[in-house]
Order: sequence, then structure tokens, then C-alpha cells
Amino acid sequence: MITRRSLLEAAGRGAVLVGAAHELLRTFSSSAGAQTAPLNLPVQLPLGTRQGVVLDALPSKQPLIKLSYRPPNYETPIELLRTAITPNDAFFVRYHLSDIPEVNPETWRLSVGGEGANGEASLTLEELKRLPAVEVAAVCQCSGNRRGLFEPHVAGVEWGYGAMGCARWKGARLKDVLDRVGLKTEALEIVVAGTDKGPLDKTPQFIKSLPVWKATEDTTLVAYEMNGRPLPHWNGFPARVIVPGWTATYWMKHVSRINVVTKPFDGFWMKSAYRIPLGKFPIVARFASQETPINTPITEMVVNSLVTSHADGDTVKAGGKVMIGGLAWDAGYGIHAVELSTDGGSNWTAATLGEDLGRFAFRAFSHAVAVPMKGSYKIMARANNKIGQSQATALIANPAGYHHNVIQTLNLVAA
Amino acid sequence: MRSIAIAAFAAVVYGSVAFAAMAGEQLVELKKGAGLDKVETNCAVCHTLDYIRMNSPFLNAAGWDAEVTKMISVFGAPISPDDARIIGDYLKANYGQ
Repeated sequence: MITRRSLLEAAGRGAVLVGAAHELLRTFSSSAGAQTAPLNLPVQLPLGTRQGVVLDALPSKQPLIKLSYRPPNYETPIELLRTAITPNDAFFVRYHLSDIPEVNPETWRLSVGGEGANGEASLTLEELKRLPAVEVAAVCQCSGNRRGLFEPHVAGVEWGYGAMGCARWKGARLKDVLDRVGLKTEALEIVVAGTDKGPLDKTPQFIKSLPVWKATEDTTLVAYEMNGRPLPHWNGFPARVIVPGWTATYWMKHVSRINVVTKPFDGFWMKSAYRIPLGKFPIVARFASQETPINTPITEMVVNSLVTSHADGDTVKAGGKVMIGGLAWDAGYGIHAVELSTDGGSNWTAATLGEDLGRFAFRAFSHAVAVPMKGSYKIMARANNKIGQSQATALIANPAGYHHNVIQTLNLVAA
Repeated sequence: MRSIAIAAFAAVVYGSVAFAAMAGEQLVELKKGAGLDKVETNCAVCHTLDYIRMNSPFLNAAGWDAEVTKMISVFGAPISPDDARIIGDYLKANYGQ
């Protein structure tokens, strides 16, 4: 079967298929390409972002908000974030580099070893699945989710609200995979790499490291299932690293190599990228071997919430109540409460929390807000976690635009 | 078909480099202007040109220069100094602050 992907890859390789590809591209772009449906984009996004995004469906995915085609960066519309579990075909897609091979599960191998390990091993997918299986419901959120809302704007993928999702991830504990070789006492970091890379040899491959303490937690997995199904290609098939509580930069897709090292890994994506200033964020989980006097790798997510029942600026019916609903999450300390305010933040009322799917999962919330008269209403929502952290009241500026958890203000018009 | 043309061009110029074009990327049209040809042939080797419009119009001249420099020094883009200057000028003129 000729898929869009295989065809386009073929087209990319040379001019032979250009004529045929031309016609098929026209077909695909008219069916799955630019649409002008209202996207409920945050008004804070850069103008160029707002003008450029379209709804577009990657193979096996619903139409998502396309920020870039290649590498593919697609976020989930808030309408598809109304449940604590995000469907696989609605889950956001984020790649740094554009050479993304389709992995053959028969020939895929996960190799593990390195100078900080006691040996080398290689696992097939079947061997990985024979290790004790663990399932964890956990939020996967891009470090730069909401980067597009930063003011002043910072360069990068200009995400709105939807570079996040929550799934039930099933796989082997990374700890059990590491046990196949054993760690030396001086092992310091666990380096993980996938099969995707840049189109140029000189482009630094996307490789990340984890401190041993986090890599060997019971909830850190090499997952091969997502919501009871194999991982979608765009979310890391056949296996990806799951690091509940930590931002998605560590959740290596298409993972193929695990390297144990005794010195801090100094690849670009650790040493230079994904860093936050020291001391500006309320972070508990530290990555000590990677810290410098001025910055540290991003680690755990900050407590956050998002109203998904309505988009900013929506019109509702005046003269009654409107049910406001959304999602809250943190780094795994657990959501204590979500509160809403309709008076600019002077008074807060606790919302009703939905089912607890585990401390790393989205926690749904809902609350009926009165809109007795026609006019404008401002609704604020904030989440608090069980260690006393709350959302930021003002943006915490940082060079790469991470950790946006400013309390949201939703404007509704009752008519 | 601009994207195919770019792909074919890239395959010629960079030999083994053959990127997988994504459906829809030919719909990305940047503003016409001096230097657009250099932007298309260099930048589109590694990423679609929607990255440029997405990051606008908030970068000042120094900001765009820093982006071009990053693509060369960090990501290894084989862009000549002359082309880098032309690309930077195009970005500042068409997508600058």
C-alpha cells in the first residue's frame, strides 16, 4: 500500500516520482491540509503563529493544530483535552529533528550498556515485554508548552496550551532493563537515545540523560503501550521512555540505546538546551550532576491547570450557570485542590475534582459559575498541590520559555 | 511544486541528504523578497519554512542573526557566509520586529 508517508519519502529522494507525487500531494493537501475552521488560538500567540497554523491530520491522527510540518510539531486542541485520558490519535506530536524512520518492530533492538555498566545487553521487543509489566497514568507535557504565550515572546516552537496529554503507559521498568547489565557504583547518569536524527550528519542527535535516582524510580518505564494499544509512530513506536513527573524532553521516543555513564553527559541537548535559571522556580527534583552556578536542566513539571470546557472569548447563555471544567496536574505530588475566582482573584471557590487516576495523571475539575446577566465575565482557575505549591501569579521569565503556569484568566461573554 | 523542487535540489546539493517532505508543506509560502531563494534552498533542508513565520514578527535584527548563527554553529547547516548574510537580511526585512 502506498501511504502518504512512503510516497513523500520517495518523493524526497529524487525527481523520478515528482509528477505522480505532485498529483497525490494535491489530493492529500486538499483533504487533510489547510482548513479555516476556528482554532480558538490564544490571542497572546505571536501574530505570525496565528496566521500560520492550520488543522492538519498526520497519518493515524485526528486533525491537530499544526505548528510545523517538518519536523512535525502538532498540538492538541483544547476541545480534545476534556478527559483525564487523552486518546492516542489526539495526542500531541513533537520532534526536534526531521529524519524519523518508521521502526520495524521485528528488527528493533534496545541495547543497554556503557562505561558505567557491568556489561552489554540487547533486548528484542518480545524480551522487553517479558519483563514485569507496569502501567502508569502520567502526563506528558512539553517543557515549552505555552511558550507562545510568553511576553516578550521567545524564539522556538510557539506552543499554545496543547503540547500535553495524559495516557496510561505500560511497559517495563527502566530499572529492570538496567538490571540486565547492572550499574557500577560510580554510575552517575543514564543516557537515552532514539532512532530519529537530523538530516545532516553534523546536527547533534537528540540524546538526553537522567540522574540514576530518577531513572531507577519504580515509575520510570520503557513503555510499549499507550492506552492499551501499541504506541503510535508519532509518539515513539515501538518503545519510549516514560518519566512521570518530569517534562517530556526526557521521554525519549523510539528509544534504541541506553548508556550508563560515570561523568555528566555533555551533549548539546543536555548541556545547552532545556535549561532553566537556578533558583527562579519552585523545583524539588534536582539533577545535581548537570547543574552549573547559573542554570540547571529542567526537571519536574510545575503545578498547573487549564480550563478546557471553554475557549477564551466564548459566548455563553446569560441568566443561569455555566459549567466550567478542565484539567489540573503537577509533578506527582498530587493535586490538592482547584479553585475558581470570578472577582479578579479576591475570593476563590473550590471546584469539584474528578476521578483520581494516580498522582501523575491529569485530574479533572468542574464547577458551576453563575452568569446571571448579559455582559463580560472573567474566570480564573488555579491548582494547588499537596506540598503547598500553587500556580504563578506572574510570568517567570526564562530564556527558552519553559514552565508557563501563570493562573489563567478566561473571558466569557454572556448573551 | 516548490517543496519537491527543494527536495530534489537538496538531494543534489547534499548527496546522501534526502529529507522526507511532509504533505502540506508546499502550502507554506513566505513573503516574496530579495533572498527568498537562499532561504528556501538552505533552511528547508532541515525544516519547513513555517518555522520562520511562526517566529514572527517579534525577533529584532540581533535575534534573527542569532537564529541563523545557531543553525550553522549548533546544527551544522552548511551555509556560506554570503548566503547567511542574505538570509539574515531577508528575515529581518520580512519577518523582523
